[in-house]
Amino acid sequence: MNQLGVRWTSEQVLALAPDHASRKAGTKLSTPAPWSEAGSTAEGVVWGLCKGSGSKPYQTVVDTTGPAYKCTCPSRKFPCKHALGLLMLWAEGEATVAAAEPPDWAGQWLAGRRKREEAKAGQEDGPDGAGSAKTADPEAARRRAERRAARITAGATELEQRLADLLRGGLAAAEQTGYGLWEETAARMVDAQAPGLAGRARELGAIPGSGPGWPVRLLEESALLRLLTAGWLGLDRLPEPLATTVRTRTGLPSPAEGPPVRDHWLILAQYNTSDGKLTTRRIWLYGRDSGRSALLLSFGAAGRSPQLALPVGLMVDAEITPHGGAGQLRADWGEQLGPPVPVPAPPPGGPTAAALAAYGSALRDDPWLDSWPVTLTGVVPVPGVADGWQLADADGRSALPVAPAALGRPGLWKLAALSGGAPVTVFGECGHRGFDPLAAWSEESSAMVPLI
Amino acid sequence: MTDPGTTATLWEELVTSALLGTDRRTPPADIMVPGKEAPLALLDAAALHTVRRRAGLLPAPAAELPGRAPHDGRRKLPEKAGKRLAQLLADRSAPSGGGRRGTAPDLTELLPQWLAAANGHGYAVPAAALPALLDAARGRTDLRPQALAFAGPRGLWLARLNPDWKFALRGASGGSALPDLADAEAVGRLWDEGLFAERVALLGAVRARDARAAPELLASTWSAERAEDRLMFLDSLRTGLSAADEPFLEQALADRSRNVRSTAAELLSALPGSALALRMATRAATCVSLDRGAGGPGGGPAVVVEAPHECDADMQRDGVTPVPPAGRGERSWWLGQLVEAAPLATWPDRLGGRTPAEIVALPVLDDWADELHAAWCRAAVRQQDAAWSAVLLGPPAVSPAAGPGASSIAERAKLLAALPAGERADWVAAFIAAHGLSEAFQLLGVCAVPWSEPLGRAVVDALDIARDAGSYPWSFSGVMGLAERCLDPAEAARLELLTAIPDEPEGASPGAGGYWSEAFRRLVATLRLRADMLTELAEQTESDSSN
Repeated sequence: MNQLGVRWTSEQVLALAPDHASRKAGTKLSTPAPWSEAGSTAEGVVWGLCKGSGSKPYQTVVDTTGPAYKCTCPSRKFPCKHALGLLMLWAEGEATVAAAEPPDWAGQWLAGRRKREEAKAGQEDGPDGAGSAKTADPEAARRRAERRAARITAGATELEQRLADLLRGGLAAAEQTGYGLWEETAARMVDAQAPGLAGRARELGAIPGSGPGWPVRLLEESALLRLLTAGWLGLDRLPEPLATTVRTRTGLPSPAEGPPVRDHWLILAQYNTSDGKLTTRRIWLYGRDSGRSALLLSFGAAGRSPQLALPVGLMVDAEITPHGGAGQLRADWGEQLGPPVPVPAPPPGGPTAAALAAYGSALRDDPWLDSWPVTLTGVVPVPGVADGWQLADADGRSALPVAPAALGRPGLWKLAALSGGAPVTVFGECGHRGFDPLAAWSEESSAMVPLI
Repeated sequence: MTDPGTTATLWEELVTSALLGTDRRTPPADIMVPGKEAPLALLDAAALHTVRRRAGLLPAPAAELPGRAPHDGRRKLPEKAGKRLAQLLADRSAPSGGGRRGTAPDLTELLPQWLAAANGHGYAVPAAALPALLDAARGRTDLRPQALAFAGPRGLWLARLNPDWKFALRGASGGSALPDLADAEAVGRLWDEGLFAERVALLGAVRARDARAAPELLASTWSAERAEDRLMFLDSLRTGLSAADEPFLEQALADRSRNVRSTAAELLSALPGSALALRMATRAATCVSLDRGAGGPGGGPAVVVEAPHECDADMQRDGVTPVPPAGRGERSWWLGQLVEAAPLATWPDRLGGRTPAEIVALPVLDDWADELHAAWCRAAVRQQDAAWSAVLLGPPAVSPAAGPGASSIAERAKLLAALPAGERADWVAAFIAAHGLSEAFQLLGVCAVPWSEPLGRAVVDALDIARDAGSYPWSFSGVMGLAERCLDPAEAARLELLTAIPDEPEGASPGAGGYWSEAFRRLVATLRLRADMLTELAEQTESDSSN
């Protein structure tokens, strides 16, 4: 455990940055000039005073075992540029941020943090487990859940009716009715406390504007939405894992309640998507020992970066807690039990056909899956084939199209450069829209190259 | 269960019903379930089909694979240096230039130096950095030669795939893999089929190996090349120009493009032994002569100039442009071109066995002095003649306006470039000591990096003086920026003293002391960073040699 204080590389630090601007600002602060009283402990606590524009310097302290950050600056970014700059400086070595005793202000925060952690750990270890923290009145909670289920049922019934109306009048007419109808439907689903249904309804509105072939896509997505409402309305007839999946897809939170899984987790990708109101961060993990994939989700309101950030390209001995539901990969990040080390090797993978087969089997448990995390081995990126890209098996026979979401991202060119026409190993999301490459390894080097 | 053909037909029918609406087009009977509305039955059948289709997806036939990038035999970049490169490239979108503030180094400005050092060590580019490197070189032409050399054969391979990077295919040599030069067939094939950059690189390699083979290679396709390419090929002869190139250049004097003709003439005149240089010497000599007595003030000797009366066809063939720019007289225009193209060795013989210094000191009759000295300056630059350049520059302490020939700073910078590096630095150091920094920027630009100790000290002293005088540091931001890039990193410790905030002297600009402290702190930080950069790049070398 005394390895926890191992200094990270500046690349690992930069991977924590919530956005490009912070990355740049953090780099600018990674010189000794603005810092004073900087120091670190062998347990991985780093602190320093950073001179800002005001008279009083900001107090910045980071616990790298979390990682957790605290800074007195007003930034709402997380970690802020001061934390990033300080960590970059620390990453450079003993000469820039030497070992020392934490000053009072850093020590206090740290002590408080450690205490909370212990309290949390003690609670989890307690006889009634997570339940002890829950509400004192289970009867009231049950009534609330029943009320919500009833509202969702009403919402699902109404949504089915709207889908039936759409099909009765014909999809051709959907182009004219346009976005507004589905926006309004989505709002109704939000009222019905079914955010999963709302999201899918909103997406239906965007399909008629999505280019050639839209009627087929609209039919497919409407059909899958009807499959979901039908699943909800017939929930009591479904086997429990599938029922949980339907609940999750409908928008009921499914708590992380599976037994914790300890493994050496490869942190393969971290990226954000935003719908304007909410930023969703997805972090892909792969368990070296269990061969299990996991997805960490965290959310931030508009303009705020999601809290959870893990250094891409590292492998961490840690515990995660999976959420329920058939075919669901979602998990919560738990305790970190060892120092991060560089990802030693890519996850095992296969050719393009195996990737599609893996997606196909995953659909059995969750037919609403858009994609599935897979690793392709021995594939050659083929740039710019008829406006698209492909990842082709090295024998040049079969290929997967690159998913539209990935086209136009600079990562694709990185991938082409890495390959130089030779086979590479690529981790990404494989689905019915194609393959979205997220990380790659070349033949010559074992180092993982993030593509997003 | 269901035969695929039937499935496809069924799907088409479902789509048709969905498009038109179930009211108008009843879905196929076999999907209808008693008691279920037609639209919902249609959706259920479609859901089944959708999931089944997604679950049964197969890979598509692959398009033609791109060929493999040529092998890059250069050494692997040390890990820390690789991270530094990523950092330098990531910062390139940051605004730089005017009004730079703060104490953090401007990373973008350090990229050229980093690339030059990495190329000096012979490292290969890390593949993942290539796109950012090419993007950086796309935006900054000054970066291109070093960036493309570093990008190497894989960079060229990648650039072919992206129209945004087309510049790389015509830009610098690109360091592409060259065939075995002894293999005449392979050389010929690359010459005939290669990209322009590859051909330029090939020409350079062939010249380095056998100076006579290169003109043959050029001549083999010359008449079929585009004028623009002919010009660039000629331009590439500039490095390592030798007598072996003369016959080819002599032929190019008759080229159909005027730019090609004048470039050929310029190159020939830089070869003092060439027939063209001798022809120009003869012409120039007839225009400039020595009046042994009574001509000069006090009756001493003086130079007499008789400018040419015509620009005949032979002169034009040798590259003399007949029509002067607006505002210049024809005869002085022709004279300037003749003297500029004549070997400087002409003059000691012609003017009584005098040294260059004595010649430049001679009075010139009838106001021809400026014209003649300016032409000698251009000749000294073209022929890279250190002795003449030193004389024409004059002593550094003399005001630029009083120089013998080179009155403008730009001309002086060009003359300086012809001096050996040490002399150049000493001259500029003395210039700065005498005149301060306000005119030194261009002169500093031609000095070797890192600056010699006397030069570095002169610059720092001058900055210190400017600070004491109470002016603002941004009046010197150009020199400050140069100092960040060019001062020897070893100076950082000594400069630390200057980062303290000084007491504000009377009459100083308000707050200037704080800004100077900030500027010096940035200078020190940048020097430290450069030292780190160079150490990181040197690391591998040490471990390599110990292996």
